[in-house]
Amino acid sequence: MIRAIDALAAGPHTREAVDAFLASHSFPLVEGSSITIVWRGEAEAIHLKHWVFGLPSSQQLRRLEGTDLWHLTLEIPEGSRVEYKLEVVRGGRGEWMEDPLNPNRARDPFGANSVAHGTGYTVPEWIHPDPEAPNGTIDEIRFDSQVFGRRGVAIYLPARYRRTRRYPLLVVHDGHDYLRYASLGTILDNLIHRREIPDLIVALVSSPNRLGEYAGDPRHATFITDELVPNLERTLPLDARPQSRCLMGASFGAVASLTVALQRPGFYGRLLLQSGSFAFTDIGAHNHRGPLFDPIVALMNHYRADPIAMSERVFMSCGMYESLIYENRSLAPVFTATGMEVRYVEARDGHNWENWRDRLRDGLSWLFPGPLLLVYE
Amino acid sequence: MIVLCGAQHAEPSLSRVLRELGVKGPVSLITAGWQEREGEPGVVADPGLPVVELGLHARGEQVFAKDKELAEAWKARQIRLKLMQDFYRVRLEHAAQAARAVAVRSADPDLIAEEHVASLAVLRHIDDDHVRRCMAVHAAFEAEMKPSTRPVVVRHVEELRAQIAPTDAIVIAGGHVAVLLNRLRMFGIADLAGGRPIVAWSAGAMALTDRVVLFHEDPPHGQAISEVLECGLGLAHDLVVLPEPRLRLHLDDPVRVGELAQRYAPAVCVAVDHGAQIWVDHATPVRGVDAQRLDVSGAVQPAWPA
Repeated sequence: MIRAIDALAAGPHTREAVDAFLASHSFPLVEGSSITIVWRGEAEAIHLKHWVFGLPSSQQLRRLEGTDLWHLTLEIPEGSRVEYKLEVVRGGRGEWMEDPLNPNRARDPFGANSVAHGTGYTVPEWIHPDPEAPNGTIDEIRFDSQVFGRRGVAIYLPARYRRTRRYPLLVVHDGHDYLRYASLGTILDNLIHRREIPDLIVALVSSPNRLGEYAGDPRHATFITDELVPNLERTLPLDARPQSRCLMGASFGAVASLTVALQRPGFYGRLLLQSGSFAFTDIGAHNHRGPLFDPIVALMNHYRADPIAMSERVFMSCGMYESLIYENRSLAPVFTATGMEVRYVEARDGHNWENWRDRLRDGLSWLFPGPLLLVYE
Repeated sequence: MIVLCGAQHAEPSLSRVLRELGVKGPVSLITAGWQEREGEPGVVADPGLPVVELGLHARGEQVFAKDKELAEAWKARQIRLKLMQDFYRVRLEHAAQAARAVAVRSADPDLIAEEHVASLAVLRHIDDDHVRRCMAVHAAFEAEMKPSTRPVVVRHVEELRAQIAPTDAIVIAGGHVAVLLNRLRMFGIADLAGGRPIVAWSAGAMALTDRVVLFHEDPPHGQAISEVLECGLGLAHDLVVLPEPRLRLHLDDPVRVGELAQRYAPAVCVAVDHGAQIWVDHATPVRGVDAQRLDVSGAVQPAWPA
């Protein structure tokens, strides 16, 4: 197959030819396993900056001779999803920007990235609002913690919430970011509506110092297990059994979930851990990731030396294009060997919110299977 | 006359069907499938006529509160049935896996076709065995506990008889099919209906057939294999009602359509989407409105077109 960019290069490089090329394709150009990223304009250099661990993180686009069109073709396996930016170098200074020719964006707490969808990747339909799915409510409450002072916690109640029922509780670390960047509210509404998960109550917590508190700080476990959860179980109709309590988080949030579960083995019967920053060492106390990870290294080294079944069911996911794949692949069999039920899922994606979003149906419906075979409304 | 309908929330057809049936007076409404949300305003389509909510779910709770012996026996029966359903599912999944393993072998096509028939027979045998044993559990429970003769049940049945008497039809909403079926049985609704027209949708429609088939061809986990819950009330014979087909079925896949139809033949599998209806006279389907019949050949065609 001749790629479109090669066909353009083989012909006359006129302005009209470039105009026609840009007008007749959408970008990035996906052709089989190839993705071609282009940029048009005057610059000294253009670099592709992406977050695919395993490939050079900065790759230069080539200028099509005699034109102001720059291009780079990557070979990307089927089903891949890649977030990237372009660095435009002018006057010796580089400026990072989103790809102006690509309408796909992924937002995160740092801004937004352009997104390339490889062949075979589709945005899950269950992340979009379903007009038939009734919306749950999300209310922000102020919670007075003995260890952290006043904290904001968002509480999701399902659309059909009734005080007369008993509900499972899902505690989500970085919960507000899950709402903003991973469509968690819509996904809960949809999965509940489809009966793929039961009606749930969800507590969405956030931390002003997540890199500290989530990295094994014992005060965080106290906050969640001794303060927040008992309070919620007193004030909301929760099913206070381990199989109805779940901790969830991504990255440092997954570390926080694991830490909290380890502080009280058996209390949380379900864990949903996404791209956990589970840094460890086989020798020495310091990991190549730096001092921020030292408490996590200590925690994980201790756990790997003496693993316990702190929960019943653990769902883990990780992107193949993130460096943490090594840690997560290593940890899954350790969990399994303790006797816990473990489902470990990999995706051709990076360390980002949309990767975590795309795994939520799999994770939530496995941890909390809904009554979809029994309910026909 | 009984009319089995598709889900009502997107395209309600209830009031139209009642008009077509000539129902002019109040209707008895059963929303027990909605469990504790039973009777709440707005949970079901407006029939366009005065409604008498029968409150079967709440009545069931009152029965259990008053008659502890019955409640305990009922709970024990349900636990047993649930376990039997789980074990039946294990058998089904292994049989389905075996069927697939045989189907992909390289062999004479005639032999593979013969093996397909044998695989199907195994699934049907597992279904039949499950239903027979479930009904034996129900029969043993009826014989031992005689629920219909217990004073609290008798009192509720008499109240229901009085509630239903001035109404011209019975309307049964969808919801949790096992809960709904249990409540319909507990209070003998089939007898109390007394020949009145019945309009039922989704789980309500499933509960009126000979066998209740649970299905979802795109579950997030596990095999997409249907299963029989147990016998229904048997007011509509030789019919498997499949509501919410857009969400639960792959009607564009002839292999899946054919397998589903073959599994439950001679009963006819019928997809009832929003707005679809199956009209049943003396327990026999006579007319379909936008209902789709799944053929053993894999084709999908209008069911009992006018």
